Amino acid sequence: MSRRRLPLTSLGRVYLGAVLLFLYVPIIVMAVMSFNASQLYRLPIEWSGVWYERLAGNAKLIDAGLNSLGVALVTTVIASALGTLAAIAFFRYDFRGKKLLQILLFPPIAIPWLIIGTSMLIFFFWIGIGRGLHAMVLGHVALALPYVIIVVSARLKAFDPHLEEAARSLGASQWQTLRYVTLPFLAPGVIAAALFAFAVSFDQFVISYFLAVPGVSTLPVEIYTAIRKGFTPEINAISTIIICLSMAVLLGVARFYKFGGER
Amino acid sequence: MTVRTASETAGEGTAERRPPNRALPAMLGPAYLWLAVTIFLPLSAMLYFSLLTETPFGERVAAFTVQHYLDFFQKDFYQTLMLRSFRLGAEVTLYCLLLGFPCAYVLAKTIKGRWREALFLLIILPFWSNALVRVFSWTMVLRGNGVLETAVNWVFPDFGSLGLMFTYPAIIIGLVHSYLPYMILTTYISLQAIDDSLIEAARSLGAGRLTTLRRVVIPLALPGMAAGSILIFVPVVGSFMEPRILGGRQGTFIGTVIEDQFTAVFNWPLGAALSFIMLGFVLLIFALSAPVLRRAGS
Repeated sequence: MSRRRLPLTSLGRVYLGAVLLFLYVPIIVMAVMSFNASQLYRLPIEWSGVWYERLAGNAKLIDAGLNSLGVALVTTVIASALGTLAAIAFFRYDFRGKKLLQILLFPPIAIPWLIIGTSMLIFFFWIGIGRGLHAMVLGHVALALPYVIIVVSARLKAFDPHLEEAARSLGASQWQTLRYVTLPFLAPGVIAAALFAFAVSFDQFVISYFLAVPGVSTLPVEIYTAIRKGFTPEINAISTIIICLSMAVLLGVARFYKFGGER
Repeated sequence: MTVRTASETAGEGTAERRPPNRALPAMLGPAYLWLAVTIFLPLSAMLYFSLLTETPFGERVAAFTVQHYLDFFQKDFYQTLMLRSFRLGAEVTLYCLLLGFPCAYVLAKTIKGRWREALFLLIILPFWSNALVRVFSWTMVLRGNGVLETAVNWVFPDFGSLGLMFTYPAIIIGLVHSYLPYMILTTYISLQAIDDSLIEAARSLGAGRLTTLRRVVIPLALPGMAAGSILIFVPVVGSFMEPRILGGRQGTFIGTVIEDQFTAVFNWPLGAALSFIMLGFVLLIFALSAPVLRRAGS
């Protein structure tokens, strides 16, 4: 390592620090402002927990929060189950049309949510499924499925198929092989995928926005409505809570899923 | 991350065995039936609706027409908006590239071990929080008498107003903030796969720092940069929430007009037609960038 390299390296680190600052400033501002007594976000800050108290009494936001949690939990269970099954099928078998089926996983990821959301609105309204929390679950699972299949497939790459063959030849049934050999190996991948699915659903705004019925909505939809009506600092309080929750979920994912490959 | 790993990993395992009779429908059926009902049938329904004269609910009877598609090509208003949206997408993507590449490079090539893992997590962490909430938090930073203005005036007294809120730059700042981690993530994955000895070889053969970057590093990182660009460009073109919150009156784009057709004007056929035209342009861009992306898969 030459001596000239040092200043450039530290310049790089300073730059990295600046980007991190850019990424975190709004989040920190949001959290700090949630403790500011001034309704107009006046500076300097007057510390107070009043908005958290208000939040505790805001039934609308709490209901929306519970709806969000419920939708996310149901989505997680369905998407993890269906996605894991599909990933195992892709891993185990070779069949005609496999490539096509894999390509069909891209539209939910690659088409703008605005288009997916509005097309769901049209179709669900048209055939009578209607709008509401059940429609949101339908939509969220569709968005989460490709991620689940991708994450579980990544884990399956490290799986030795001879293990399954060995179990079968030793007399285990299809189901026993799945239950005692494949799934235990897959567990970290499935947990990571489930957390992914939870995050996709819990943070989803666009799809939920088009599928919400007045009065019954999820937290992001409620927050959007509140922002457009005019700012209320309770939104900061609930947002700070959501951000902490989301970050906790990601840290959970990171425990089971290596981002960015080998390090 | 997604574009790369999807093509690479989705079931590329050792699949020599032929499936038993009922295994495939049982294992793949539920997932794809779900996708059919929630993605593919709705898109078909949308195509059908885009060809109707009016929203066919209640008493109204609709006839077939291609008028909404013609409208787009005959009225400057929609074309201007579509162009504006694509310009927004291109600008945000460009800024993310310029800001994100050096960041990914520093992370992948100069930081090692646990620090790298921790910093990497720090970069994707905000990305995980609610996009809407992050955009909202920018309003507190950018607004008049907001955090940024107060800070600037504290350093330079009498600087006065920045006037950033409800402007085009405000929308750019919010969107770049939202999507920058995508670019860092995908570029980082590409950069990390470059063997350090390749860079050392170029250097020892007499290539300068810039030449090495231009002739060795950037070509090898191109697939990651392309994947990141698509992951950013597509949602930005279709964005409507960020322009509404940060742009105010400046925030009219094709996305907000489509949203209006569904939530305010109740002209679903027009909204559907505009969506499909937007989708068509997006697919065109996918097709044009396919050669670079294919290299990402190999």
